[in-house]
Amino acid sequence: MAAIEIQGLEKSYKTGFFGNKRKQGLKPLTLTVEEGEVFGCLGPNGAGKTTTLKLLLGLVFPTGGTARILGRPLDDIGVKRFIGFLPEQPYFYDHLTPLELLDYYARLSGVDARERKRKVDTALARVGMSDSAKTQLRKFSKGMLQRVGIAQAIVHDPKLVLLDEPMSGLDPIGRREVRDLVQQLNEEGKTIFFSTHILSDAETLCDRVAVLNKGELKGVGVVADLLHEVSGEVEVVCSGAQAIPALSALGAVCHATGNVVRALLPERSLENALAALRKSQARLISVTPVQATLEDYFLSRIGDEKPSEVKA
Amino acid sequence: MTGRLWAIAYNTYREAVRDRVLYNLILFALLIVGSSVIFGQISLQINRIVLINLGLTAISLFGIVIAIFIGIGLVSKEIEKKTLYTVLAARPVRRWEFITGKFLGLVMTLTVNALLMSVGFFAAVFYVSHRLGRGDLQLVTAVYFILLEFVMITALALLFSTFSTPVFSSIFAFAIFAIGTFGEDLRGIARMTSGVTHWAMTGAAYLVPNFAALNVISQVAHDTAVEPKLILLNTLYVLAYTAAVLTASVWIFERRNLK
Amino acid sequence: MGTSLGLLLAALLAASAILVRQVDRVRDDEPLQEVLYIPSPTVVKRMSLGYSGLLADIYWTRVVQYFGTKHRARSKQYLILKPLLEMTTSLDPKLLPAYQFGSVFLAQKPPEGAGDPQSAAQLVESGIRANPQSWRLYYDLGYIYWLELKDPQKAADAFDRGSRIPGALPWMRVMAAALAAHAGETETATYMWTNILKSTDDPNLRRNAINRLRCLRVDSDVKRLQDAVDEFIKQSGRRPANWQEMISAGLLFGLPVDPRGDVYRLVDGRVQVAQPDYFPFITRGLPPGATPGALPGEKGYKVPKHLI
Repeated sequence: MAAIEIQGLEKSYKTGFFGNKRKQGLKPLTLTVEEGEVFGCLGPNGAGKTTTLKLLLGLVFPTGGTARILGRPLDDIGVKRFIGFLPEQPYFYDHLTPLELLDYYARLSGVDARERKRKVDTALARVGMSDSAKTQLRKFSKGMLQRVGIAQAIVHDPKLVLLDEPMSGLDPIGRREVRDLVQQLNEEGKTIFFSTHILSDAETLCDRVAVLNKGELKGVGVVADLLHEVSGEVEVVCSGAQAIPALSALGAVCHATGNVVRALLPERSLENALAALRKSQARLISVTPVQATLEDYFLSRIGDEKPSEVKA
Repeated sequence: MTGRLWAIAYNTYREAVRDRVLYNLILFALLIVGSSVIFGQISLQINRIVLINLGLTAISLFGIVIAIFIGIGLVSKEIEKKTLYTVLAARPVRRWEFITGKFLGLVMTLTVNALLMSVGFFAAVFYVSHRLGRGDLQLVTAVYFILLEFVMITALALLFSTFSTPVFSSIFAFAIFAIGTFGEDLRGIARMTSGVTHWAMTGAAYLVPNFAALNVISQVAHDTAVEPKLILLNTLYVLAYTAAVLTASVWIFERRNLK
Repeated sequence: MGTSLGLLLAALLAASAILVRQVDRVRDDEPLQEVLYIPSPTVVKRMSLGYSGLLADIYWTRVVQYFGTKHRARSKQYLILKPLLEMTTSLDPKLLPAYQFGSVFLAQKPPEGAGDPQSAAQLVESGIRANPQSWRLYYDLGYIYWLELKDPQKAADAFDRGSRIPGALPWMRVMAAALAAHAGETETATYMWTNILKSTDDPNLRRNAINRLRCLRVDSDVKRLQDAVDEFIKQSGRRPANWQEMISAGLLFGLPVDPRGDVYRLVDGRVQVAQPDYFPFITRGLPPGATPGALPGEKGYKVPKHLI
């Protein structure tokens, strides 16, 4: 069973002074998230990531399309027991302590009274907040609040966890911890869906990603495959500056340090480049495929809308 | 369902009660009650009258301010600060449960509030009159009516905050309180008009919350008894009116996109 | 640094306090403007949002303060006493002290009151309508009709109506009868004021009643003394030069002293009080041409010692 099934889900808003114009927050989106995977939703700010989440969670009502969560329709309130959500820049009741807050949430999620204390303690321990469990939330830093936020998203042991910008406001150590936690949760069999604009995190964690821009889905797939789509450069290192003209003619970008030449060229030109090297009697030192990053993929997908940022 | 309602209510109460602003306002009200003992000295014959007028007026006014501000804190602030999202998005909590639970929590807070302030008030009455007798039972009625005022105004504040910002919600709430004290006049004026104006005014006059009937301060200051019939009718009226306002709040809130 | 700031703060506070007093003084001198600042009672009642009881108490304190200030200054005019009282009683029709205060101090002639007995009677009548079980208002009404409006019949009626109210003290009954037959006698007035004095806690009203009683004492003293003087004239054919002569003649047993302790004066065979300003309500023993409570500049005025 798919964890999330989205079919043509869209959201448009009335804007303009008289409410006569329409703005598309989300164009019809079709997407599936399988159970047990870590799925990343990428896009710049305003791309529609948060809108998608809010539509799925029933905070905002769709103007078209449908979706199912864990096989059940959006208005089925029972399914909420099995999902956890961390909103962007969460804020909680100032005057409660994490212990009280989590107990409250656990109670609302229907966690049995006997289990509650144990689950709350576990959740707090997992996010490293056990020591501050009895301090009022208004004294917490942003990073601490983020951790409490994650704790409330998992306290009731949900099957599906939705996180909106989970890394925001965290320092590198915090981000590492969140990444580790996400992996642990995934190993426990939970499906994780998170939105972010920090590509390196997505690259490390996600099984699959989707790229959104301006409310539209620009691309979706397994990370490795996507990277493969945009990679295609190799780095050839040789000694013999005499090879430079031949290589440049093939479209390579060359850097020479003394007699050592590093050339970046498209993968398809590799055969010709090697031939050129032998011809010029330059000595081949190494051939290394350039690892594409998600950033490359990302920019390539939204690059057509922002011509100035396309990487050559 | 009741479990969730109670959890939300208690959580609301806990959050409100720990907010220091609440205590400052209560303290202020108690200070005024205390000072009314002094002001009463100005005219010894009406010592007790001044104490009751000033004391109950302070409790009523401050209490209404408190009721409006925490009422608005309910939904408006929750939406602004997004505390709402984690409750509604990932918990099997229906929107109407949320509103009703919040409201119940508020009523709990206001009751505690009224009790605290009236303790100070009765202490002052005892100090001035050196006894608390049967005549003082009317004072309890007056305080009860004041509590009913709180309940109504907070339901209205809640209603406004389902669709409006905190600033506007508070302005509306204060405005409707002021208008509500003219309720009887409005109905009188409505009777004197005719045609479309008549229907419009009558409608408005009956929609407006009837605060005038809940203010018996002057009456009890002169030790005049409050009719038991009025106590019953006011209670029923506030129950009905508040339920209506809550229903409207739920209706609006269920349709609202929480951006 | 801390102390100099503290000193600066103290100095500024002192300065602002002094300025407040100055502002108060300036504002005090604007009697006529005051009348414009009092809105209509219905408007104020509306604006009170149901808290009219408290507002009534506030206006009541203004009444007392206003009267006190004007009275101390021996004012001839109490321009806003009536509107203030009307405001007070319309905001709280059950505020009995306001009616009782108003009945006396609206009715009496300046500087002991506003000199408007008609308004006073109206005020008390409205008080009676709003508080039909209050017997005390009837003696206020009776006093106004009798001593200010000079209508003993209506006064007797008022006392009679009042005496029928459950809880009314027996003296109401007595007054009703006394007014029917002995309206002109000082004993009747003495009886009334004595009982009024016993019936009220209001310091202003008590002082007023005591004043009235003293003046009645003076009236009866002067009458008695004048009778004695006339007897002396009849016996000796001339006016007595001083009290000593009358004592020697056996018509007096000691120097006659007024309730203040001053010796009565004997001027050209007429008995006079030494300081008429202390006795605003006397009808006998006044020096010729002088009216009690005369203002500076008026004929016969003598500055009372307690005002210097």
